[in-house]
Amino acid sequence: MLEVRNLSVRYGDLVIVDEVSFGVGSGQWLMIVGPNGAGKSTIINAISGGAPYSGSIDCMGRDIKSYRPHDIAKIIGVLSQRYQISYPFTVGEIVRLGRYAHSKGVFAGGSDEDETAVERAIDLTGMRPFLNQSALTLSGGELQRTFLAQLFAQEPKILILDEPTNHLDLVYQKQVFALISEWLKTPGRAVISVVHDLSLARAYGTDALLLHEGKVVSQGAARETLSPENLNSVYDMDVFEWMRTMLEQWVEN
Amino acid sequence: MMGNSIVRSETFRAADYGLFAALTLGIFVVCVAVGSVNVPLGHTAGALWNAVAGQPQAEGTAASIILTSRLPRVICVALVGASLSIGGGAMQGLLKNPLADGTTLGVSNGAALGAVFAMTFGIAIPGVPFAGTMVMAILFAFLSLIIILSLAYRLDYSLSTNTIILLGVIYSMFVASIVSLLTTFAGDKVRSITFWLMGSLAGTSYADAAVLAVTALVCGIILLKCARELNAFAIGEDNARHVGVDVRRVRLVVLITVSALIGVCVSVGGTIGFVGLVTPHMVRMVVGPNHKRLLPGVMFGGACFLMLADLIARTILSPRELPIGVVTSLIGAVVFLAIFFRMRKGR
Repeated sequence: MLEVRNLSVRYGDLVIVDEVSFGVGSGQWLMIVGPNGAGKSTIINAISGGAPYSGSIDCMGRDIKSYRPHDIAKIIGVLSQRYQISYPFTVGEIVRLGRYAHSKGVFAGGSDEDETAVERAIDLTGMRPFLNQSALTLSGGELQRTFLAQLFAQEPKILILDEPTNHLDLVYQKQVFALISEWLKTPGRAVISVVHDLSLARAYGTDALLLHEGKVVSQGAARETLSPENLNSVYDMDVFEWMRTMLEQWVEN
Repeated sequence: MMGNSIVRSETFRAADYGLFAALTLGIFVVCVAVGSVNVPLGHTAGALWNAVAGQPQAEGTAASIILTSRLPRVICVALVGASLSIGGGAMQGLLKNPLADGTTLGVSNGAALGAVFAMTFGIAIPGVPFAGTMVMAILFAFLSLIIILSLAYRLDYSLSTNTIILLGVIYSMFVASIVSLLTTFAGDKVRSITFWLMGSLAGTSYADAAVLAVTALVCGIILLKCARELNAFAIGEDNARHVGVDVRRVRLVVLITVSALIGVCVSVGGTIGFVGLVTPHMVRMVVGPNHKRLLPGVMFGGACFLMLADLIARTILSPRELPIGVVTSLIGAVVFLAIFFRMRKGR
């Protein structure tokens, strides 16, 4: 569904992403993993049109640049890492904007289809109690869920998530990941996400892309790619040992 | 809860239009009636009605004062207020910054530079009165926006308040110094240029009103058509792109439209400061931040605000008259501080 070939992103002389290639097909969940500064978010920015790049990105067999903005938004939906709100828009207004690509025009925004999509997205994310609340008064997690609802209202085929559970407590982390894997069960859908939590990446990812300083260290099936050996070399520490130490905190002796 | 529909509840309804229009009309009649010669409200309304209906006017000087001097002026004031305010409201959405406005960004001063340039060197378009000044003002307003925003994007991609305001201040000072330089070449026109720079709509004509009305109508419709896109920008430019807004196109359309609004207003009335900052702030408190409601509300609110400011300017030191820009800047500076404080505390 999405094919990225020889993607490079440079800021001046600085190479942030260096000749990275990968792809996702129907039913795949690609986890982009790597330490800070590995270029994970930059790859996501390039795909979503927020960073100039060299190389090629094909979406559904066509160059992504050949799509008009509202057409690409019907295929690819993006959840950013941080949102800052300046005006007291309500949760409902923000979620509703997810329908923009589906109903352009002056008198648009009122079809039954739009309404159903918005309603469903609001219920999926548990945001109904906040519907008419100003986004300025929300907590970080509630805001994250608001934009997640906007993303579901947009009804894309490929989800691109930059740290989707960044601001969420454990309960919602679990819910969001369960929600997305449920969403992925419908054929013709795919997910690409940047995740810091290695356990989540191994548990939910079908595939993984392990990055270090802008270069691909390993890629392929999630479990093999995120093997202790690969992770140790990238993070420059004994990741497996660390995980075991963490688990021991929970196992009573 | 606004009914059972969450998609169909964000427009400015006919009742809202009616309410805002009635308020605007009321203030309009008062502003036409009050001045160095006070005309009773009933007579004013009567004279206005006769003029609209094409009936003969009553005897006396009152009707002639109203129709030849006060009416065109108040119409111009209302239209300039509406234009500057809707321009300010659109900028604040586009840049996601409640302090953005022609004045704070230095765009009004840029437009003034264009106009002074045209006046000093007598740039004119043959056959069309005051078109030279106007075209130069629009052109310079647009150039100013491009300069300030390209600097801002280069320095700080997130376009934080500090960056934008600082750039606006620096740009304004830079432009003001060039204006001063130009006026030294202006010879006998210095006095009129200086008074015009302070912002005044005294002595405006029906021709001015017609130009302003066309501009306000065309630009107003364009901006209203961009209301959804402006909502997306106001939430965040990245988010706008993600939901499918053509950010480059919309940004260009809004910037050109705002330049036209500011350019025309400045060429007619000089730099009347902070109108585009004060009105959207106040109207937002009433109708909320959604541009589908905010932009229509702001057009009426801006007309009311500037008509009242003009009334103060005309009457407070009567028989002497203050430039209207002095009044709006006094109010604007206070509102600016209030918004700034609130933003800082919210952090």
